[in-house]
Amino acid sequence: MLELQNLSFQVSDDSKGQKEIIRDLNLTFEDHTFIAITGPNGGGKSTLAKLIMGIEQPSSGRILFNGTDITDKNITQRAKLGISFAFQQPVRFKGIKVKDLITLAAGSQVKLPNVCDCLSKVGLCARDYINRDVDASLSGGELKRIEIASIIARNTPLSVFDEPEAGIDLWSFNNLIKVFEEMHASSENSLIIISHQERILNIADEIVVLAGGTVQARGRKEEILPELLKGTEGCRFYQQN
Amino acid sequence: MDEIQKNLLEQVAGLHEMPEGAYNIRADGQSVERSTTAHIDIVTKSDRQGIDIVIKPGTKNESVHIPVVLSQSGLTEMVYNDFHVGDDCDVTIIAGCGIHNSGDADSRHDGIHSFYIGKNSHVKYVEKHYGSGDGKGERIMNPGTVIELGENSFMELETVQIKGVDSTKRSTSAKLADGARLIVTEKLMTHGSQTAETSFQVDLDGEGSSANIISRSVARDNSTQLFLSKINGNNRCAGHSECDGIIMDNARISAIPEITANDLDAELIHEAAIGKIAGEQITKLMTLGLTEEEAEAQIVNGFLK
Repeated sequence: MLELQNLSFQVSDDSKGQKEIIRDLNLTFEDHTFIAITGPNGGGKSTLAKLIMGIEQPSSGRILFNGTDITDKNITQRAKLGISFAFQQPVRFKGIKVKDLITLAAGSQVKLPNVCDCLSKVGLCARDYINRDVDASLSGGELKRIEIASIIARNTPLSVFDEPEAGIDLWSFNNLIKVFEEMHASSENSLIIISHQERILNIADEIVVLAGGTVQARGRKEEILPELLKGTEGCRFYQQN
Repeated sequence: MDEIQKNLLEQVAGLHEMPEGAYNIRADGQSVERSTTAHIDIVTKSDRQGIDIVIKPGTKNESVHIPVVLSQSGLTEMVYNDFHVGDDCDVTIIAGCGIHNSGDADSRHDGIHSFYIGKNSHVKYVEKHYGSGDGKGERIMNPGTVIELGENSFMELETVQIKGVDSTKRSTSAKLADGARLIVTEKLMTHGSQTAETSFQVDLDGEGSSANIISRSVARDNSTQLFLSKINGNNRCAGHSECDGIIMDNARISAIPEITANDLDAELIHEAAIGKIAGEQITKLMTLGLTEEEAEAQIVNGFLK
């Protein structure tokens, strides 16, 4: 499905010259997989998600999607190949309605009942939302749910979620867990979710711990989760950073 | 009317055929079609170019169309249209001007629309401006709107100028009596080397009066826009103006809002924001499979919708 080969990403830092956010990273994801990527703040998780979508370009290394080298492809081309991306902080638009956004995500041939289904799945009453603008009149939590609905509407082979739990209340979070479980169970599509939440890590097939721009650990939740839950003091993954 | 004029009419008034209700269609400086109803009369002015539209008290759910089209290159006109709206009315007025100029001389339409609105009335006024033709002559429109809003009356004013007008100076002034409300929504797009200037002066004279002025504009290429709004709060009242502009290419937009509170209970707010399209908006739409150009068009269309 997805292969990251010797991936590096550097940014220029005034005090230190070049700062390496992702360091010579290698990861392979199989088909129909549900991977949670976790790790300390500043460890490179969001950057990795953006590199997969093409929002950032790697300094070196290759990205392969279903055997095709997509390293030089732009965001649009990757989207068309079947990669979706849910933003950690969803973007607001003046004059674009919720209905428009979901329709753009799903493709122009989508019918209104399908748009409504996507909203219902994230716990929004479609009738109250389809004609609202995706602007500052929506709360952070509402925007976040609409963002996730747009990914459900796209229904692509790979969906990358950057901290989907951020800004979502507890009640909605329970539904969110169900949404991810259903997405994973009902299709052959793959999910990569950046998260700090134990309950999301708990439903993933595998957990990747990213710290200091490299993979500190990767394995099934039974192996990784107990170690992470010791807290950062005792966690050997974090201490390696 | 010829095909060019019919096309202009469709662009500015959405008319394929003669509308229902009262109307007056002006083409190349002449009134070519007119219809009145039992409640709405249209009378040609005797002292200058223009018409008086007289709407009787109590007129409900009726409409007036008064579109103007110019297709003769080099034509310049100054027209005065006065609307006398009685008490307790609920009417929709659709105006608009389309200029097709395929010649080398400038074509220009200046129109002053004055509204004298009685008590407890609701008026919705829609005005669209459109230009076409590939001549060197400019298409120029300078609309003026003067509003006197009576006690507890409510006016909604929607203006749209999206395409083809080379130069425009729009001025709107309004005086509001007790309990009167005014909502203005302006949509403007300029391109090429067009210039547009729009100014508002609102006097909130009446107790409990309110005004909300919302302007959304997009300036592309080398075009320039100037937005001026003055709101004077002269009583217990509420005023709000908002100018939202998107600039592209080498375009320029200036926004100069002014609010003056002359009464302790006047509550006035102005907001103005100008900038290019946010990069993250384009990125988001690209992640949905749109190209950069498609994303930009989607954002601009939505903004001006």
